[in-house]
Amino acid sequence: MTTYSTPTLLPATWLVAEREIRMRLRSKSFMISTGILLLLVLGSIVAMSVFGANQSLPKIAAVGSAVSTVEATEAFDVTEAATVAEAEELVRDESVEAAVIPSEGAVGLTVIGLDEAPGSVVSLLSAAPLVEILEPSDQNPGVVYLVALAFGALFLSSALTFGSMISQSVVEEKQTRIVEILMATVPVKALLAGKIVGNSILAFAQITLVALAAGIGLLATGQNILLGEIGPSIVWFVVFFAAGFVMLAAMFAAAGALVSRQEDLNTTMTPITTLLMVPYFAVIFFYENPFVLAIMSYVPFSAPVGMPLRVFLGLAEWWEPILSLAILIASTLAVIALGSRIYENGLLRTGAPVKLKDALKKA
Amino acid sequence: MLELTAVNRSFGERRVLKDVSFTVAGGRMTGFVGGNGAGKTTTMRVILGVLAADSGTITLDGAPLTAEQRTRFGYMPEERGLYPKMKVAEQIVYLGRLHGMSTSQARNNTEALLTRLGLGERMDDTLESLSLGNQQRAQIAAALVHDPEVLVLDEPFSGLDPIAVEVVLNVLKDFAATGAPVIFSSHQLDIVERLCDDLVVIADGEIRAHGSREGVRSAHTSPRFELQLDGDAGWLRAEPGVTVLDFDGGFAVFDVDSEATAQRVLQRAIATAPVLRFSPQVPSLSQIFKEVIQ
Repeated sequence: MTTYSTPTLLPATWLVAEREIRMRLRSKSFMISTGILLLLVLGSIVAMSVFGANQSLPKIAAVGSAVSTVEATEAFDVTEAATVAEAEELVRDESVEAAVIPSEGAVGLTVIGLDEAPGSVVSLLSAAPLVEILEPSDQNPGVVYLVALAFGALFLSSALTFGSMISQSVVEEKQTRIVEILMATVPVKALLAGKIVGNSILAFAQITLVALAAGIGLLATGQNILLGEIGPSIVWFVVFFAAGFVMLAAMFAAAGALVSRQEDLNTTMTPITTLLMVPYFAVIFFYENPFVLAIMSYVPFSAPVGMPLRVFLGLAEWWEPILSLAILIASTLAVIALGSRIYENGLLRTGAPVKLKDALKKA
Repeated sequence: MLELTAVNRSFGERRVLKDVSFTVAGGRMTGFVGGNGAGKTTTMRVILGVLAADSGTITLDGAPLTAEQRTRFGYMPEERGLYPKMKVAEQIVYLGRLHGMSTSQARNNTEALLTRLGLGERMDDTLESLSLGNQQRAQIAAALVHDPEVLVLDEPFSGLDPIAVEVVLNVLKDFAATGAPVIFSSHQLDIVERLCDDLVVIADGEIRAHGSREGVRSAHTSPRFELQLDGDAGWLRAEPGVTVLDFDGGFAVFDVDSEATAQRVLQRAIATAPVLRFSPQVPSLSQIFKEVIQ
């Protein structure tokens, strides 16, 4: 009879990872949600390009010598009216915002509005004092908000999707009891590592795909300048995500190992998902607060969102992402050590959810 | 030969296995019987290394069992486990590859086994689309795909219809014939009685009986005989060394103190009246089981 020797840790890990990937790619819901994510990203880039484009000029009517004066400003869409009465009529039927007619005053123009002074027209025709800004921001606050939201939402959605997939796959194996056969076949570490590797590869592939789509979308909509600004932070986001996701994966695997049924999974996953919400909401509320962002960019949980945003805003020194990444990797290793212990201890326990304290004890 | 010596295991305060010792001989089918919660599943998990023993040793052919050897065991857990959404053949190939087989080896073995188990037509169906009995057959294939050196099966026959029992039985017998030790637990004592060569009885974490099936049977059989005479058998009551248990005219059930007494009774019976029947009463396994676990 032929005997086969069991593969060592690495090939076994890869076999497990390969199965995770194969099964995931076969699932329709996964492919559909990836498609939706890509559409959302492309959609928001198109939206940015629409909002960012020059808005149409204010429409005004002008009479006589005023026509050449207002046309010289190149700030208006001018309709020439033959008489003041005709200009007033255009204002009344709201086909223009205001009418400009020659007059005796210092400026030599009178602005006619419908029910209030047309402020924008007045200010464009007024002599303005010189303005000097000490710390000019070349970034459109709307774009900053969108970028912050994009990093936060991407991190949250990918971490949640793939994290809960890991938990579910762990519980599936526990619930169907195949875990006993698997444990009798390959080292538990290979099982855990395979799950983390397989799902991380998928998560990483998805994030990379989204990053590429964002890059291509920005180029295609002619927002090359924006791509130049945002490109480095996208790269950092992908790098941070890779490390941060492995940490989350270990936590989600542990959460799965603590319960015996899918129905109980929420009880152990909730603390992790709550933690995941924190960087998401923090970045939405505090994207303009450099201090909070600085803290966020070093806390391992929120660094994948906080640091790329600071890089985008130009708030981070060159060494800061590297330091933060080192912290993230160190905490990832620590979490893997804890997570694998919980995983090993939890796998064979059935019935009620296992208490974290019990799962951390040595078996 | 697989040998357990003084294996102990507790869960918290509860001692689930108490000095469990028995052997599983190569080439023989060993039936493992015991009530619910007696420790069968725990024992099997300890053999597989899925659970660690608190103390005691397990040896294979005289040498302590290593983790590497354990991976060459075939195991069917009590609560069946395969992936519901994976195709039958696909997951058995996967398990074979986890055991170190190449994809083509695993595929060949999978196809041969599934065909033999009557699942040849269903190989590319998902497990969840199969009936419970067919899922069970797939489970047997999963335990056998890597040509294991030792086979440990927890309740392999539960949920199978009589025809499926025969199919699985033949596969297992052929497997045991290759010289590998096979241990299986079962609640269906009639199947154990028919199938096993050796028997291990566990109750409350203790081994109450073990040995060859006939050995266990004779050890727990008081020499009891049944006599049917074409005449009155009342004289039996006065016979020395005989305890009559049941009596009805020419019919009697009695225990004897020795084989010689039985022979003497038979001779006297022949001398008295035509003997219609004289036979030793062999208790069924379930009778022995009830006796042993008390």
